[in-house]
Amino acid sequence: MEFFSVHNINKTFINHQALTDVSITVNKGSIFGLLGPNGAGKTTLIRIINQITAPDSGEILFEGRKLKADDIFQIGYLPEERGLYKKMKVGEQAIYLARLKGLSKTDALKQLKYWFEKFEIQPWWNKKIEELSKGMQQKIQFIITILHEPKLLIFDEPFSGFDPINTNLIKQEILNLREKGATVIFSTHNMGSVEELCDDIALVNNSKKILDGSIDEIRNTYKTNTYEIEYKSTYDFNKDSLKDFEVLDNYMKNGNSYLKVKLNDTQNTNQLISNLVTQVDIKSFNEIIPNMNDIFIKVVEETNE
Amino acid sequence: MNKISLIILREYLTRVKKKTFLIMSVVGPLLFATLMIAPAWLAQMEDTEEKLIAIIDSSKLFHNTIPETKYLKFDYLDKPNFNTLNTLKKNFDQTDYYAVLYISHIIANKPSVVQLYSNKQPSLAVKMHIANALEKEIERGKLKAYDIEDLDRILESIKTDISIQTIKWTEDGKEKESSVEIAMIVGYLSGFLIYFFIFLFGAQVMRGVIEEKTSRIVEVIISSVKPFQLMMGKIIGIAMVGLTQFLLWIVLTAGIVTIAKTAFFPDLSMKTEQMAPETVLSPGGSTLAPNQPASDQEFDKIKQIFSSISSINFGVMFLSFLFYFLGGFLLYGSLFAAVGSAVDSEADTQQFMLPITIPLILAIVVMMNAIQNPEGAIAFWFSIIPFTSPIVMMVRIPFGVPYWEITLSIILLILTFIFTTWLAAKIYKTGILMYGKKSSYKEIGKWLRYRN
Repeated sequence: MEFFSVHNINKTFINHQALTDVSITVNKGSIFGLLGPNGAGKTTLIRIINQITAPDSGEILFEGRKLKADDIFQIGYLPEERGLYKKMKVGEQAIYLARLKGLSKTDALKQLKYWFEKFEIQPWWNKKIEELSKGMQQKIQFIITILHEPKLLIFDEPFSGFDPINTNLIKQEILNLREKGATVIFSTHNMGSVEELCDDIALVNNSKKILDGSIDEIRNTYKTNTYEIEYKSTYDFNKDSLKDFEVLDNYMKNGNSYLKVKLNDTQNTNQLISNLVTQVDIKSFNEIIPNMNDIFIKVVEETNE
Repeated sequence: MNKISLIILREYLTRVKKKTFLIMSVVGPLLFATLMIAPAWLAQMEDTEEKLIAIIDSSKLFHNTIPETKYLKFDYLDKPNFNTLNTLKKNFDQTDYYAVLYISHIIANKPSVVQLYSNKQPSLAVKMHIANALEKEIERGKLKAYDIEDLDRILESIKTDISIQTIKWTEDGKEKESSVEIAMIVGYLSGFLIYFFIFLFGAQVMRGVIEEKTSRIVEVIISSVKPFQLMMGKIIGIAMVGLTQFLLWIVLTAGIVTIAKTAFFPDLSMKTEQMAPETVLSPGGSTLAPNQPASDQEFDKIKQIFSSISSINFGVMFLSFLFYFLGGFLLYGSLFAAVGSAVDSEADTQQFMLPITIPLILAIVVMMNAIQNPEGAIAFWFSIIPFTSPIVMMVRIPFGVPYWEITLSIILLILTFIFTTWLAAKIYKTGILMYGKKSSYKEIGKWLRYRN
């Protein structure tokens, strides 16, 4: 079900087109990955969604109606360029920022108490931000972003500055928030976490959207009918048996042998297997589905040509 | 609570709670009070020392005629000749005398032959006191020579005392007593305070914007509030800090002066209880003889100064100070905010500060001129032009300014600060999100054309 969408957004800065006719649709309760190389226009799009800047043309729909000024209370935004007042105390600052997002002082306190207990960081309450490490600051910043229980969460590189343990913690919290009904827009260059977290993605390059859809769909679209076979060559392996197939690679790794074979449109996996079973001892047989990293590079390079 | 008041409150509280604010609030009034009290106190310190002056009166005309005061006594020596003076000169250190007054015998014909010898610099008050007494005595002697009957009664009856009061005719036909000196002081002080406050607190606005930019909190905040609200909240919050500081200064200075007055000048403060603190400085004559009832003339002088001070309408002064401070601050504060938004660190502000500092410094230069000639063309025009009016008009107001001029200058100031705020907001909106980009005037010109 559609929760949020932008339609045909254009945005021009003086002699620089930041967004050209960009449309995306985010489903309710999903995690949507907004991907693209540096300078592609992601941040501009995110700022437009947050009503920090206005588009030159185009429409933004929030829960099926036009985005209103008040909707910023329903949005939690963790910008890529983020920080807090260094000289201000953690608790005081968190309350201030929560109240700017429309929470009352008592609600803010209640929420903060919950999160500080959950993350076990109560001792930080009266510390100044500058006394905390970068990772600690990021944790506070994350809490502040989600404090007002927004329906739409926008995370721009949420894991930067976190060690693997905290990255995992934050990942878990993002998934929990989704469980509770929040919709998430997630922008990152870390394709591993995109595959892990996102349901759908849109890829932006040079101000244009060049690819979108669900992760599974996209990866399936980009697969090249290539298979990887792990085998044990106990007896002599007659390579002639594979002369009808396109063998991309055949290598040894950690005592195991691997074979990469690309099938053409007329061939199927059974033909390949029946050709192999007489030759080698097959340990595993997998289709190679391209990862998001490969797809990202491939698509961006194609559009840059 | 709406968001802009939350921002104002934070900007206000974080600054008021700072140690530097507290220190400024205490040190400022102490400094002002010292400036007011110290000269009068020092003058009085000197005069409470009892001074004995030996008088060698060769003319023998003045025996016991110079009036003594509590702290000023005279010793008329028996053998009033030149040798006595020489002896005294040799042994002066062994005597208790503060000074030796030598009056030549030809004094009646040649009044310049009175000499006061001392090893210190005798105070002006002592000199004046003696000269006045001798003059009177000689005049009396000369008149006596005309052998007029009932001389004393006639003299008494013709005694007049002229002191010129300056009275201003106001537009509505009323008369107002005024004193140029006091108007100058009040005007200068308020003009300079506004200049000082705009610079001091304007720079705070700029630093606040830079802080938000470099700490990268700004994008977090403007996802909750409009950049304009953030900018205005900051400017208004800091303006309130300035006003608080100003009020604290006034209240504390008045407090310290009152306490110091009762501590240092118990006599004086009884006599001049109702007077504004700065008049303590002025009636130098009355400190000479604090225990004697001041002469009519002295009282007149005190009253006159007092009435000139009250001729300056402090209600109007206070309101116009508030208005011109706020108006001037809003005008310049938004420009300071724009400069802060355009740079990444305080070191880069230099190139953009020029358009702000030039009109402010010009205003101070014109202010010096306007104090001398508050009705002149330069003073008039610069008190109308909004970029200098907060400072120059404040200097003119104690001298009295026609209402239409004030109204015109106020309207222009309001229109201009609306314009500069609008302009600054455009720069600010774009500037705060530009990281690590060296900005130039050309770049800022582009930002003005952005549609946000």
